[in-house]
Amino acid sequence: MGAIYIMWLRELKRYVRSRAQILVSLGQPALYLVALGYGFGPVFAKAGMGKYLEFIAPGVVGMTVLFTSVFSGMAMLWDRQFGFLRETLVAPVPRIQIMLGRTLGGATVAVIQGVLILAVCLIAGFRPHLWVAVPGSFIFVAMIAIVFAALGASIGSVIQDMQGFQFLMNFLVMPIFFLSGALYPLKNLPVWLTWITHGDPLSYGVDGLRGVLVGSWQFSFALDLAILAGLAAVLLAVSARLFSRIQL
Amino acid sequence: MIRVENLTRTFGQLTAVNDITFQVEVGEIFAFLGPNGAGKTTTIKMLTTLLRPTSGRILLDGFDPWVKQREARQRFGIVFQDPSLDGEQTAYENMELHGILYHVPRRVRGERIEALLRQFELWERRNDTVKTFSGGMKRRLEIARGFLHTPKILFLDEPTLGLDPQSRNQLWNHVKTLNAAEKTTVFLTTHYMDEADRVAHRIAIMDHGKIVAIGTSAELKERTQTDSLEGAFLALTGTSLRDEGASSSDQLRRFAQMWQKR
Repeated sequence: MGAIYIMWLRELKRYVRSRAQILVSLGQPALYLVALGYGFGPVFAKAGMGKYLEFIAPGVVGMTVLFTSVFSGMAMLWDRQFGFLRETLVAPVPRIQIMLGRTLGGATVAVIQGVLILAVCLIAGFRPHLWVAVPGSFIFVAMIAIVFAALGASIGSVIQDMQGFQFLMNFLVMPIFFLSGALYPLKNLPVWLTWITHGDPLSYGVDGLRGVLVGSWQFSFALDLAILAGLAAVLLAVSARLFSRIQL
Repeated sequence: MIRVENLTRTFGQLTAVNDITFQVEVGEIFAFLGPNGAGKTTTIKMLTTLLRPTSGRILLDGFDPWVKQREARQRFGIVFQDPSLDGEQTAYENMELHGILYHVPRRVRGERIEALLRQFELWERRNDTVKTFSGGMKRRLEIARGFLHTPKILFLDEPTLGLDPQSRNQLWNHVKTLNAAEKTTVFLTTHYMDEADRVAHRIAIMDHGKIVAIGTSAELKERTQTDSLEGAFLALTGTSLRDEGASSSDQLRRFAQMWQKR
């Protein structure tokens, strides 16, 4: 248990100490929120879809949590390069504990970032349909964080260089974001695109957030939660397995 | 303390370690010498559970590191060729993290961390992040950390690489002191013959994946009819140069270091 705790704590310390990075990593979602939220607002309203800011705010929260958690897992690449990974690999504790500590730490950081950007959304003019929905949305923030921290950790256990990292950023993480319904509604899309979006785990996370915060559902609370929970369990198991197999 | 029997490791066509057998006694300082690419690091990786042997047997204090992995890991400490500290955490936090991972009881943890940091002259800097440390300080911290859980065996893989003579001298003094005080068995690799000559009780010379000679410094000199360990080393391994191509991960490491400006 000590191992899980100390690895979790390490992630948190790194986060708290990099204040500049906290601001930088909130800057991009804030830009999406303001530039797109207000930029597309008139078009969206003309199409009879309501306020775009209301629509995009849960998407931007999902985006923030996605990127923060995936990066936390992929940070293992740096630990590999700077050698700290070895310190944890030869330690006399089950590697699954090291993995769980890291992943939960990364997920915790992602939740904090998600909550911060939600506050930014509120400042920018976003209004949830019910104020009690705000704490309720933390369930989905946490689920998204765990799913993608575990995904990032699985990837981090496998890739060994920058090329692999770039490749996965462009061909996995960005598509997950763009095809999730964070930026546009998943209704009335071409059939092939509908299929892809339904295969994107983040679609369920964003739908859960939007459902709780704004009250409009593409899927349903139960389906979103079930898919995210199932995926979290699978990805945690996969990441633990991949991590325990690392040889140097 | 360490028993190795017929240990072999191949990477595809290449046989990095070829059927080596040796023993290291309790409390001994044992040096592994060899030219680049001789198989020293591969051997250390197998001894420290980082790499699975292709065949052969290893016993560390009676435990096979691939069967009783946790028991074996609890018994050794390792200082790697490359740093393995967390640069973002302070010296004290690095020690604390290590202590928790190695089950050092809370009661003794603080005391022991303080004693080691004082001994390695890092106590004043305990609350500074490690990325602000010089190369020598980082090495000292790694070695202090290696001793924290009172391991029975300490592996040192080229611990003095890139250090100035003062730091090297001081580092070996610490290692010798702790070896004497705590009866820790020390297994080291180095390129510096004078160091091996000075600190090691016995020396094994490795070349092309094989152990070509093993014995005390005096025995090796006598056997090769030379008057220095360096002479003995060259007599045993030849004078031709060994190429060790930089692997892609080495290149990336360099790139990452430039990028992070450390």
